Amino acid sequence: MNKVIPKHSFVGTRAVKLDAPDKATGRTRYINDLVLPRMLYAKIRRSERVHARILRVDTAKAKALPGVVAVITAADTPEIAIGVLKDNPPLKRDRVRTIRDEIAAVAAESEAICDEALRLIEVEYEDLPTVFDCTEALQPGAPVIHANRPDNIAMAHQFDHGDVAAAEAASDFVVEGAYNVHYVTHCNLGVSCCVADVDVEGRVTLYSQTQYPFIMKMDIAPSLGVHPGDLRVIQPPVGGAFGSKLDVYPYEPICVLLAQKTRRPVKLVFSREEEFVASPTRQPVEFRIRAGMKRDGTLTFRDVDTLLNNGGYTSWGATTPFVTMRTISSHYRVPHVRYRARAIYTNNPYAGSFRGYGNVQATWAVETHMDKMAEVAGLDPIAFRLKNANEPGDVTPQGARLANIDLKGCLRIAAEKSDFLRKWAAYRAGRAAPGRIKRGIGIAASLHNAGGAKIHKSDGCGTILKLDDYARATVITGGSEIGQGLDTVIAQLVADELGLALRDITVVMNDTATGPWDVGVHASRSTYIAGNSARRAARKARAMILDEAAKQANVGVAQLDLRAGFVVQADNGVAIVAIDKLLRQMHFAGEDAKLVMVTDYYEPPSENEDKNHVGDMSAAYSHAAHVAEIAVDTRTGEIKVETIWSVQDVGRIVNRNGIEGQIEGGIAMGLGYALSEELVIERGRVRNPSFRDYHVMTAPEMPKIDMTFLETGDAEGPAGAKGIAELPTIVIAPAVGNALYNATGVRIDHPPLAAEKVARAIWERAQRSTRAAP
Amino acid sequence: MSLEVEIAFTLNGRAVSAAVPATASALTVLRERFDLAGAKLVCGEGECGACTIIVDGLSRNSCLMPAVDLAGRTVRTVEGLWGERGLDPVQQAFVDTGAVQCGYCTAGMVMQIRHALDRNPAAGEAELRRAIEGNVCRCTGYAKVIEAALAAGQRMRGGGAP
Repeated sequence: MNKVIPKHSFVGTRAVKLDAPDKATGRTRYINDLVLPRMLYAKIRRSERVHARILRVDTAKAKALPGVVAVITAADTPEIAIGVLKDNPPLKRDRVRTIRDEIAAVAAESEAICDEALRLIEVEYEDLPTVFDCTEALQPGAPVIHANRPDNIAMAHQFDHGDVAAAEAASDFVVEGAYNVHYVTHCNLGVSCCVADVDVEGRVTLYSQTQYPFIMKMDIAPSLGVHPGDLRVIQPPVGGAFGSKLDVYPYEPICVLLAQKTRRPVKLVFSREEEFVASPTRQPVEFRIRAGMKRDGTLTFRDVDTLLNNGGYTSWGATTPFVTMRTISSHYRVPHVRYRARAIYTNNPYAGSFRGYGNVQATWAVETHMDKMAEVAGLDPIAFRLKNANEPGDVTPQGARLANIDLKGCLRIAAEKSDFLRKWAAYRAGRAAPGRIKRGIGIAASLHNAGGAKIHKSDGCGTILKLDDYARATVITGGSEIGQGLDTVIAQLVADELGLALRDITVVMNDTATGPWDVGVHASRSTYIAGNSARRAARKARAMILDEAAKQANVGVAQLDLRAGFVVQADNGVAIVAIDKLLRQMHFAGEDAKLVMVTDYYEPPSENEDKNHVGDMSAAYSHAAHVAEIAVDTRTGEIKVETIWSVQDVGRIVNRNGIEGQIEGGIAMGLGYALSEELVIERGRVRNPSFRDYHVMTAPEMPKIDMTFLETGDAEGPAGAKGIAELPTIVIAPAVGNALYNATGVRIDHPPLAAEKVARAIWERAQRSTRAAP
Repeated sequence: MSLEVEIAFTLNGRAVSAAVPATASALTVLRERFDLAGAKLVCGEGECGACTIIVDGLSRNSCLMPAVDLAGRTVRTVEGLWGERGLDPVQQAFVDTGAVQCGYCTAGMVMQIRHALDRNPAAGEAELRRAIEGNVCRCTGYAKVIEAALAAGQRMRGGGAP
């Protein structure tokens, strides 16, 4: 009697992250740990001025220092700029525009020698007039940051839908608001780092933290004078990324240029202070919102104007309006929309992409504003949001087809589980009662792409999959693992198709020489896109195995299944043949030999936006709603977030450990944004470049988190899954802000809700009400 | 070149010695002389805990500790917790609960929690949260780290897997 094997699925379980044992034992070597034979170290001499002409750079003394192998300046390098607008030369020739500007770089036998050499480089400057504020930079006569943009407008975007003027005329209420969201930065524990190695043919191997290895080749190659095809990008394990590595930044070409010059491998590592000053920030935005509604609370229009402080050069921060626009136009039913965004050059450091992209900023503004509108309409925060919530089947003004969403479910469940309405009414009534500690509860929700985002010609990912004679599968994916857990998700999806165990799957990734093309890790896309490609490849391999088994057993393919290393009868699980035995038979069959080796390239069914910003750019969308319950010390302004209820439409859970970790971690990052994190930039200089003065959430500060996953089962997603990683960071901050209002009657429109700011606002409100009293 | 000092100490159960620069940190020496790269240089000023090691039974920020102070001490690093009997209960719990994402803070977290549980295997959630107050994690939000710590404590007390 053959054994009977029940059906098993790894999808939906708590799978151990594939690299966790190595990471927990110190075996993993990260990029920052990498040492190559004969490797040199490199450091960058940065500007001491925020805006100045460079009159003279003298590197003679640095070059003469023993142990220094090369010193380069703009004079030694091709003047080819990088970045979204190609406005950022890796080494600056005659002008610096920000405090982080790169003037020279040193390669030497040790980091200590590099530091000494940097001190020996003499730079003479002539200061130029400065501008740090968007509105000032738009004034006639303001200092011009880049001569080819005399108006200081780096990028501008506009979206118009319907007739805002007519909608306003037909509105019963119009609510206005201004929200300035601040500078924060990624705080990756692994500082920025790369290692460049050039061979005798001039081909470059770049060990990089990049999140977009394939497109990076095209972006960086021109600044190096190499063909993109002669560039191999390897991504060793990294200490966090969170969007910070979605562009080429000057240190990367500088490192390669030094390797080209010295013909030795070169490693360039930032100091922690340098990481705070010279890595990208989240894009700060000044929002002005006008939004209308009918007497019953039905939204009529949104009219939003934003200014983005672009800093001295243009990275992905300037493109965050593409995502902000989606939230403005498509989060809740808004029949008439006008949105305008301008990214303004200043002498500040510049922003890149950061988990949640422009949606963290947009959701702060929209969800704070929605709370204000609910009060004007005389509705509670839940009822007002439900009244305007999108429904499955909605097509938004930007053409997003919200086929399979459950915003109302998110809102209702979050409200029920948190006992929202009862607490909300009680805490509001408690504002006037005596007592120093006030309690409050607030809600926020958002919409995000959950099936990739087609911002390039393709949003695809490729997979190569092979099985060996022992029924071990190797999956070579274009997708990248940067700590988020894609490795494990791919192994789970493949194991389920092939009837193998997780330990039978080797996932090979993070190397452009082996992996097929992929866009990169962004837009919550990897599970959906790379996962779908891996699953489709596994299905092709499965079909080959089942075809052979069906032929041998003389049965139909549909009567067979793969389980726990065996081909089994699908109806009763009775084992027929071990998969490895079958694979060997297929392999060692003389001229009929069949090796199971398959490929797949998955292109999601999404569209590029047209020139009017209309297009169904993601293959899926989803929502999350968060409720925050807080206690506020009205004297110190300290906010203690006690409990968060998180409800998110995740399509389907693939790795339960992974999805919970993403949501808990995303909430911690979002709470930092809400409460404590702010990169203080004064007159172009970063004032708090250390973990002492830039406070990220610590373990004792974290609230209890109650998570609910709505498994709506996306028809296109792998095993029904949707992308999930950004929403938790996006949604939480306005929920906290709305809770503060519920507790105290104080609105802070400009995060973070730091204790001093909150205490002052509470005190000022008390002064006003005292004065207003007869 | 700076002055070198010969030191001898016990590292993960073995007697070792090295000539170390008088100004070098314990972290630098462990990473560069002994090739133990688990502990990380993240902030270099004792604000993040990623370099945590256990010295004579006390958790220390190895980035702030002069290497010469290792002389005569008993030092444990994350590499030394994985022995013939398999993973340490703290390491095993980190793996099982999903407390590892990018993993850059993990070595420091594991050592800090091991230290806390050595002092009090019955440590509760609040005590464990305080124990890792100085360990920054940017990925996990600490929830699974605390879950792992509680599970490890239970296992160390003989309670088996929770």
